[in-house]
Amino acid sequence: MTLLSVENLSLAIGPLPILRDVTFSVAPGEIVAITGESGSGKSMTALSVMQLLPDAATTQGAIHLQDRDLLTIPESDLCDIRGNDIGMVFQEPMTALNPVKTIGEQVAETILIHSASTKSEAHNQAAAMLTRVGLPQDRFPLSRYPHELSGGQRQRVVIAMAIARRPRLLIADEPTTALDVTTQARILDLLKDLVQEFDMGLLMITHDLAVVADMAHRIIVMRHGEIVEQGDTRHLLANMSHPYTKALFEASSHQVDLPAPDEGPVPILSVENATRDYPLPRTRLFAPREHARAVNNVSFDIHQGERLGLVGESGCGKSTLTRAILGLEPLQSGTITAFGTTVSPSMPAAQRTKTQVVFQDPYGSFNPRKKVISILLEPFHNHPSPPRGREWFDVIGGALEEVGLQDSDSDKYIHEFSGGQRQRIAIARALITKPELIIFDEAVSALDVSIRAQILDLIADLSRRHNLAYLFISHDLSVVRTVTDRVLVMQSGEIVEHGDTESVFTDPQHPYTRSLIAAAPVLPDLKEVQNALA
Amino acid sequence: MLRYALKRLLSLLISLAVASIVIFAVIEIAPGDPASFMLGMNAQPDTVAALRAELGLDVSKTQRYLNWVGGMLSGDFGTSYTYRTPVGEMIKDRIWVSLPLALYALTLSTLIAFPVGIYAAARRGKPGDMAVMGATQFGIAVPNFWFAMMLVLIFAINLRWFSAGGFAGWDKGAATALKSLTLPAIALALPQSAILARVMRSSLLDILGEDFMRTARAKGLTRRQALFRHGLRNALIPVLTIIGMQFAFLLAGGIIIEQVFFLPGLGRLIFQSISARDLIVVESVVMLLVFLVIMVNFVVDLAYAAVDPRLRART
Amino acid sequence: MTLSRSILIGGLLSSLIVTAALISFVWTPFDITQMDIPNKLQTPSAEHWLGTDHFGRDIFSMIMVGARTSLAVALVAVGIGMGLGVPLGLWAASRQGGWADEIIMRGNDLIFAFPSLVIAILITAILGPGAINAIIAIGIFNIPVFARLTRAGALPLWQREFILAARVAGKSPARISFEHILPNVANLLIVQGTIQFSLGILAEAGLSYVGLGAQPPTPSWGRMLADAQTMVAFAPHLALIPGLAIISAVLGLNLLGDGLRDHLDPKIRVMRT
Repeated sequence: MTLLSVENLSLAIGPLPILRDVTFSVAPGEIVAITGESGSGKSMTALSVMQLLPDAATTQGAIHLQDRDLLTIPESDLCDIRGNDIGMVFQEPMTALNPVKTIGEQVAETILIHSASTKSEAHNQAAAMLTRVGLPQDRFPLSRYPHELSGGQRQRVVIAMAIARRPRLLIADEPTTALDVTTQARILDLLKDLVQEFDMGLLMITHDLAVVADMAHRIIVMRHGEIVEQGDTRHLLANMSHPYTKALFEASSHQVDLPAPDEGPVPILSVENATRDYPLPRTRLFAPREHARAVNNVSFDIHQGERLGLVGESGCGKSTLTRAILGLEPLQSGTITAFGTTVSPSMPAAQRTKTQVVFQDPYGSFNPRKKVISILLEPFHNHPSPPRGREWFDVIGGALEEVGLQDSDSDKYIHEFSGGQRQRIAIARALITKPELIIFDEAVSALDVSIRAQILDLIADLSRRHNLAYLFISHDLSVVRTVTDRVLVMQSGEIVEHGDTESVFTDPQHPYTRSLIAAAPVLPDLKEVQNALA
Repeated sequence: MLRYALKRLLSLLISLAVASIVIFAVIEIAPGDPASFMLGMNAQPDTVAALRAELGLDVSKTQRYLNWVGGMLSGDFGTSYTYRTPVGEMIKDRIWVSLPLALYALTLSTLIAFPVGIYAAARRGKPGDMAVMGATQFGIAVPNFWFAMMLVLIFAINLRWFSAGGFAGWDKGAATALKSLTLPAIALALPQSAILARVMRSSLLDILGEDFMRTARAKGLTRRQALFRHGLRNALIPVLTIIGMQFAFLLAGGIIIEQVFFLPGLGRLIFQSISARDLIVVESVVMLLVFLVIMVNFVVDLAYAAVDPRLRART
Repeated sequence: MTLSRSILIGGLLSSLIVTAALISFVWTPFDITQMDIPNKLQTPSAEHWLGTDHFGRDIFSMIMVGARTSLAVALVAVGIGMGLGVPLGLWAASRQGGWADEIIMRGNDLIFAFPSLVIAILITAILGPGAINAIIAIGIFNIPVFARLTRAGALPLWQREFILAARVAGKSPARISFEHILPNVANLLIVQGTIQFSLGILAEAGLSYVGLGAQPPTPSWGRMLADAQTMVAFAPHLALIPGLAIISAVLGLNLLGDGLRDHLDPKIRVMRT
């Protein structure tokens, strides 16, 4: 018996085709995952089932929820189905809740609009549901507002809202993408338990293949609005037939060919007992300001040619540390020394040229009103010996070629490039002054897996050619593992573990490192899956 | 919440203090000595000196400032240079025209703008929305004093429904008094309501694009239910700001409208005082207007906190 | 990209007013300094397109010359507001949370506590009425509008990574403000500038109407309305025409501003009042 069956669904928004001939089904108690890169149409498939599409959308085909075709029934019937028969969980828990209503009101609302219960009954049910999703009433009373909760807790509220009426189908659109890895593991466990307990069908949208492989009974792989392959999880993993599926899995577990480290004898960067405090908003009018310690007594070195990783969850202080190393923020105590001189916000601009940085966001990293050429020239501001005359052309052209772009790209504006190309430009900007140290601050986190694999290869390639030293900051353990020699693990402003990358990952010492590694979803070894099936 | 209110109160007091210094300083720069001005060109120096002492002008500037502020705090606004009557009493008579007019206009403006703005937002892009937006575009462009003249031409001169000007006085009963304020209030309110309706609409449209509105729809709420239950309260935050600013504008704008309708309000008082160089009256009336504006902003700040729980938590 | 209807209508209306003001420097149908009492209070005719006033002066000519006053006052006032407000806003944003930011923003709040008309009254109380004083009064009120807008536009930009990249290159906050921030808030400023221009015309008309703006013999739309007030019962066209002139100028600029907003960046929010 199928719960949801989507047949030959095609969708266009205005003249733009989004989905073509999408066909799949979900049974009760079954977890079906749709995966693919950005632009594959996976989220639009979810919204089609909810019938919450943009006004300009036109659909063809059929979406049957048991015996009713959601594409033909009137809007008022759809309102009765949404929240009652189909629940939905969204990606961004920080904005998915109404900031001016309590969590109790918001969960109870789902109950009130679909049943004849009284307000107090609805609140009792809401309390029970919040307790079920892990927000017990003694610590999270109904009167809490969303801003008083963390991202993971808010996502639990959204889940409670979605399942309050025990719907037969739950749709989760990237439910853990915005969350830290340990929180992600707990939310995924919760969803799995709920599916079993309520015998719901779960349609899960995610870009993360490791999550998919771990959790789904069946997998649907999408690209450019079409399903390229679908099947039972273990079968699909064992016998991938479509080249795109294979490429996607290869890219997800991509291992770069990192050259052996060639380390110099003296450290080029040394951080000694660095401590950075932030003033907190005053709690009382005339009380002395209190401070939050973002970075606490952190020490480490980077040697010439060394590739160091820094992992930690959001809020652990890694961004603050990055800014301090770049000389953008002062330290309260301790020192940072780079290339023999002390780093501070007041250091002369000429000293800044030896350390460069690549940021996370390929869209926010560039002034949209500048051409590539002036973006690439910016690091030469106050450079002690900038190129002269015709040398400029060689420098710009060389930098672009080095990252796999062309000379002629220098005259374009940044919006003319894709996300992956932009990240190449960001790397070109970082390399152009021939720095000895580069900070990669979540530099591949915003990229699709196939692009991420290419950028990681580029980094390995560059470090082979230039004997680069870098600090690679990321929340993604698998990426850090493949591009670094040594790794630091950071928790609440402190370095809790420090060591050779392979040994930290295979034999973690600190309990926090262990919990991080345990929580990170891992792609199964395809050989093992094949053998198990055979 | 209390902490937030106290913090706003502190900033209110500081604003008042700074504003009073600015006003006092500006009036100080004004050329000419009030005493010589009052007595005319041919006054004897000792008569002028005596008058200066009587007016309290013979002490240091700091002392005069303190006397002025201290006087206002105890309800004594000084003595008018021209009329030789207490400024406080002159203001008391006039404020009961100007303040009700501003409040009347603000009420009208809000009552018109809310439904119109919500209507337009709910029908975004449809003919109803286009018509409303066109009308508000026109409403913003109309100068209120010109609109007032047209109202007088139509409703007072041609139709004779209202009197063309003057104020009946509160002793004739609230209905009669309000009737004489009705045309002025409409003249003030309509252009303001056009602005407010546009802000209401765009603020609602912003909210409609928020993630939590999609969450509300996923729960099974209809578009309308989602708009009223989740959109409206969030959209109110920018709207409150504009309402606060509009009150300031209506108080000041009332000064011009009072001229059109010959209303004996603060506006007429201020113009008479300027032409008579009765600076102590100008000083006090301006301070009073600024005081009212700052008070309204304080109330708006408190209203924010009532609407938005995030502000209550922050200090 | 095609231009929207509001840009076309708004641009047409605005350029009509600007053209009338420019032509009035070299030619008007009649000499407005010349009284012609026998022909006073005429209704529109072939000779006097929009009729004559109580001194027999040609209203069409006075509207043309009045446009000059309105546009000049509003333009200079917006110039003052932008010239001072934008650098202050940039400075405040570059020192977010610091003392400079605090002082600039509190100063803005303070000016906002004085409605523009009250500022005009204060200035008139000291300096006496006149077009220059009207400019100063409207201009002062424009400063916090642009300062707030610039700061609000600049603050999120300061969090963007391309600003961090410029700081890593060692550029000073002032240089970053002008090189990176200003071009990215320019759309915001153009749109708000158009709106402030239209508000300036309204404010100038109001000030002239109550006698605080341009003084005789300088013609202005506001004073034409003030003169018309006592005659509105028997010569309504005297009040109607200057009012329509003000409305077309303000409407034109507002349409232009909104159209530019939709064209440049629909997410821009303008401040009114």
